[in-house]
Amino acid sequence: MSAERVTTAAPPDRRPGRPRPNLRASLLASELATLFRRRRTQAVLAVLAGVPLLIAVAVRLSADRGASGRGPVLVDRLSHNGLFVGVTALVVSIPLFVPVAIGVVAGDTIAGEANLGTLRYLLLAPAGRTRLLLVKYAGVVAFCLAAPLTVVLVGAGIGGVLFDVGPVPLLSGDTVSVGESVLRALLVAGYVAVSMLGLSAVGLFVSTLTEIPVGAMAATVTLAVTSQILDALPQVEWLHPYLMSHFWLGMGELLRTPIGWDSFASNAVLQAGYIAVFGSLAWARLTTRDVLS
Amino acid sequence: MSGDAHLAIATRGLVKRYRGQTAVDGIDLAVPRGSVYGFLGPNGSGKTTTIRVLLGLSAATEGTVELLGRPMPQDLRQVLPWVGALVEGPAFYPFLSGTANLLRLDAADRDAPARTRAVRVSAALDRVGLGNAAAKRVRAYSLGMKQRLGIAAALLGPRDLLVLDEPTNGLDPQGTREVRHLVSSLAADGTTVFVSSHLLAEVEQVCTHVGVMSAGRLVAQGTLAELAAAGTSRLQLVTPDGGTALAVLASLGLDGATVDGDQVTAVLPSGTLPEPEKIVAELVRGDVRVRGFTLQRESLEDRFVALTGEGFEVVR
Repeated sequence: MSAERVTTAAPPDRRPGRPRPNLRASLLASELATLFRRRRTQAVLAVLAGVPLLIAVAVRLSADRGASGRGPVLVDRLSHNGLFVGVTALVVSIPLFVPVAIGVVAGDTIAGEANLGTLRYLLLAPAGRTRLLLVKYAGVVAFCLAAPLTVVLVGAGIGGVLFDVGPVPLLSGDTVSVGESVLRALLVAGYVAVSMLGLSAVGLFVSTLTEIPVGAMAATVTLAVTSQILDALPQVEWLHPYLMSHFWLGMGELLRTPIGWDSFASNAVLQAGYIAVFGSLAWARLTTRDVLS
Repeated sequence: MSGDAHLAIATRGLVKRYRGQTAVDGIDLAVPRGSVYGFLGPNGSGKTTTIRVLLGLSAATEGTVELLGRPMPQDLRQVLPWVGALVEGPAFYPFLSGTANLLRLDAADRDAPARTRAVRVSAALDRVGLGNAAAKRVRAYSLGMKQRLGIAAALLGPRDLLVLDEPTNGLDPQGTREVRHLVSSLAADGTTVFVSSHLLAEVEQVCTHVGVMSAGRLVAQGTLAELAAAGTSRLQLVTPDGGTALAVLASLGLDGATVDGDQVTAVLPSGTLPEPEKIVAELVRGDVRVRGFTLQRESLEDRFVALTGEGFEVVR
């Protein structure tokens, strides 16, 4: 072979002039910015914000017509104290709205990038497959926090506008100050965020299986609903403690005095199990997969 | 010749099979550092699959790959920051601007310094002529603009190797010329450029080396001159002394000529052919009355077609 022009470049890892870089914050920052600046993410959060708005307005209108006393206890209490709106809206959203929101974001993580073709360019950057997966999961975790926080905060806001605000009676009958009640509401939001971590890991895994994000989203939401259906069937009671949705509505303990943490702890352990299992599956899949899109 | 420091890309016995289909069938690529290597072959001949394996996007079924003297995909993290690539068309977030897309890609490379990120991004955009469209969402880009943005992404940092898969797809003649310019100027800086194409004409003018793929196999590889030499030449002689001419040609080692009236023709391998004036001199010395003589070298295009087959039929 002739006409070779041998370059004098140093080996790739020892070339001067490239300072030691920041380790992983850049990609995470980019992921969060991309996620939350995206219209779809904003639309999903807007839908969630609509739940407390809808509830508050509906209760306000019916309260004016003296319909108080009908419907669920929590909803009834709204008219007496606006601070209940956020928590009530969150509880109402847990079976479907929140899982759908999480499913949309978690299902899109890898499949969305594969679908756009950007997955191959991220890997060529090189982002590193494991690092990319961690960053993607971190993005979903951020969304898991953002979703219930949106509901609680929008709820507290609209509740404050439409109803009286004052000391809040808890489920145990005690009454806490406005400040403490806000803290309790944030706790509930945190509880819901933790509850969704398992589903997020499931969605992340499903997302590594396909290049069609809508498919991954639908599958994730389907699994969330299936889990709740199974949890309602006494015939499979042995299975209940292992279902990711088993503790989803167990935040009542946080609204009593003294606060009970049993449900929170059991839930955290369960979700950690889901993260370990489905996170590993997602990792095994992504690190060995041929990226063909 | 595994482990050769002078090779930017070296594969040995590279095989890629998908579900029983052999997409790449034991190829030994040798891309010298500093070369502009044209990776040619018709659609579906395994070029893109090869590139995917080279860059660690998919795993080789058999064989080894070395990029910049390091094994892939084992040393992927050390190698890829020095490789710019455009693989199977550009791909971007349509809801982000050109600048934002490149910033994100650069952030994905953990060795890329954040301090110079904005400067490097805008330099890359300027280099491909997208400076004015930098703030536009990619959704609004034309195919050619996306292609340019893809090339800009490959130029975000100092690169030792550029892998460009069909870089002129979707570009107008003007853009094609610019890409050719760009490739030449990068090569002049010492960057190795590996450019795939299904069109010989597209790479012929800029390449120093060529590899030709057909149905998953590398059917030819070498410098442009070597490739041309491996072809055939057509000798045509007009003379009334056909028999004598055959004898003279045979004495020159040029066998297989045929006589038809006063036409003597032969198809000969180009590589071993003496200079045409020397052939004529020998013929005249042998008392052959030369009334016409042509020696036509097969064009590179003919050679390419001969290697890869003609026509629209998808081979596999």
